[in-house]
Amino acid sequence: MSGDPLLRGTIDFVDVLVVLFKVGIAFGFLLVATMFMVWFERKLISDMQNRIGPNVAGPWGILQTLADGLKFFFKEDLRPREADSLVFRLAPYLSVVTAFVAFAIVPVGGVFKDGDPTSGTVSLFGKETYLQVADPPMGILLLLAASSIAVYGIMLAGWSSGSKYPLLGAVRASAQAISYEAALGMAVVAVVIAAGSLSTHDIVAAQSGGYRSWYWFATGLIPFVVFFIAATAELNRPPFDLVEAEQELVGGFHTEYSSIRFAMFFLAEFMNVITMSAIMVTLFFGGPAGPIFFGLDWLFPTLWFFGKVLVFLFVFVWFRATLPRLRYDQLMNLGWKVLIPVMLGWLLVYRAIVLWRDDKIDPIPTIIVGSIIAIVCTALLTAAFSAGDRAFERENTPSDREGS
Amino acid sequence: MSELVRSYLTVAIFAAAAVGLVGLLLGISRILRPQRPSVSKQMAYESGVDPEGGDWAQSQIRYYVFAVLFVIFDVEAVFIFPWAVRLEVYGLFGLIEMFIFIAILALGLGYAWRKGVLRWV
Repeated sequence: MSGDPLLRGTIDFVDVLVVLFKVGIAFGFLLVATMFMVWFERKLISDMQNRIGPNVAGPWGILQTLADGLKFFFKEDLRPREADSLVFRLAPYLSVVTAFVAFAIVPVGGVFKDGDPTSGTVSLFGKETYLQVADPPMGILLLLAASSIAVYGIMLAGWSSGSKYPLLGAVRASAQAISYEAALGMAVVAVVIAAGSLSTHDIVAAQSGGYRSWYWFATGLIPFVVFFIAATAELNRPPFDLVEAEQELVGGFHTEYSSIRFAMFFLAEFMNVITMSAIMVTLFFGGPAGPIFFGLDWLFPTLWFFGKVLVFLFVFVWFRATLPRLRYDQLMNLGWKVLIPVMLGWLLVYRAIVLWRDDKIDPIPTIIVGSIIAIVCTALLTAAFSAGDRAFERENTPSDREGS
Repeated sequence: MSELVRSYLTVAIFAAAAVGLVGLLLGISRILRPQRPSVSKQMAYESGVDPEGGDWAQSQIRYYVFAVLFVIFDVEAVFIFPWAVRLEVYGLFGLIEMFIFIAILALGLGYAWRKGVLRWV
């Protein structure tokens, strides 16, 4: 089993320093990138809407986020009397910490070669290491775990506010997040099938054979599209921002939050956008892969990585400027009736293609067995549909309704 | 301490740094911000009017059904991930097994679909 060479064998003081250094860099980067993202979104969307946008604080208004953030510190923190004090204060922690944790598994640099044990390593203070905070063998599951726990942050924030809008907003947000998480997880499975590993380092290394080996292409586009849509919904970004539908729910789950506690949710939201973009680059676009010029192999991979992330950040803002918000029933229909069935089917088809490509199976018997299974499944599904229909009719007959 | 524990420990350090950051920011703000509570400030927000009734709102039972469905699909992921990692071992047998597994799941989803619980009015 591979893993970060830094953590192999005995650990000395320098190793600990390198780990702390990486943690510090990643931490600082995420904070600065979040501030940049807020400014980037405001500036870009005002360009798209023919406005000027922030232009006072600093050159091109780039310090606007900092000014806004500082202002939050001096605002009175209001809390409804009905609020559950402990949970109310706990919820921002849950949101921010999960936003941070998922970024730990993203490799941000290094030259990757498939099958090469030294691939993706760089030298920091004379120690060989990966340019990612951690490379646990089940890395990508950490993303799913973090996004699952993030739902708790939202749900507890809404529940503990002791107010109606936040409660409704939180229930709505949780239902949305868990619906799309199922599709998100299955899109990740397609990548895992292709890479044969859950470690993000191995996933990136498996995509190092040029742009045709990048998984958006190699897994047949469908997993990437499903992942992208599901990620947009997970992030509560437009067109899936029903959580913050101002006309219906005021601010959604954080209506009762003010001052710096509100800023925490805001921070977590934008940090999640950056983390999710980075994860998409890692899973589907080869991470730091790209041509290296002038032998600068410590610089270009990282540049490529950030360039790709920036493209996704741009697309998220572009979505916001372009697409109208979905209705709630449309949102649920898309998740359960389109994304999940499509992804389930594609997993099997893709697995069969991989088997066939590796000459593990004979096409003719497979087609025969496949068709028999398909007929049986269709028959079972039809039976289920008609049973469901009958049950639905029974429950909705007029005589029944009069009784209730 | 094995390498596995070490790599998760690194993640834990990262998470601890995040907890520290939130605590620090909240602490700084606690020192700087004014604290002048009043009855109307502590009222729940309801679009500017005094809150009507208690702080509990009823929500649709449909959300509950989606939560149950999600649990099914999340547990399914627990079975699919190991299958996806150990593909070479299982080969064609694994493919057929997974086909049957997913077919049973699809059956459940199809039933929920036709039963109308995925319908949002």
